[in-house]
Amino acid sequence: MVLGKVIGTVWSTRKDEKLIGSKFLIVKQLDLQNKLKENFVVAVDSVGAGVGEVVLYATGSSARQTNVTKDKPVDAVIMAIVDKLDISVKE
Amino acid sequence: MLLGKVVGTIWATKKYLTLDSYKLQFVQPLNSKLEKTGEPFIAVDTIGAGPGEVIFYATSSEAVLAMDVEMAPVDASIVGIIDSINTEN
Repeated sequence: MVLGKVIGTVWSTRKDEKLIGSKFLIVKQLDLQNKLKENFVVAVDSVGAGVGEVVLYATGSSARQTNVTKDKPVDAVIMAIVDKLDISVKE
Repeated sequence: MLLGKVVGTIWATKKYLTLDSYKLQFVQPLNSKLEKTGEPFIAVDTIGAGPGEVIFYATSSEAVLAMDVEMAPVDASIVGIIDSINTEN
């Protein structure tokens, strides 16, 4: 999984009919120094994440392993909202 | 599988239901000479690895097989702690 921050929402009326009812959020990747990186994904939300929250998202075929993304053309899903992160081993 | 080192931990109370009771660890990928390579990521820890330990992990949908749940949105899980490495080069 990858650490990210929800920075926006995507609305789309004309889309694959399997995606009707899915909530799409734009998630920018965060590095360990809590700085936003350039790359972002549009991910389906499965835990009720809101804009501004730090989240984890899974990509690839694992993203279809939830009840909201099963058998859907989805390759990124938000599956956790981060409360606290602790980097204990610093190089 | 690939080599990595556990460098931290994540706490998330609100997460997908089948992830309950699983630890989420920060892993820094390592190359065969145990040097840092690539971006840190988060993996489910089914083994109980501690910070600083060298581990190996499985990725993509195979990662879920390390967990005893039917379905989980997990694309990386720690599947072993390394005792020693022997490379003939």
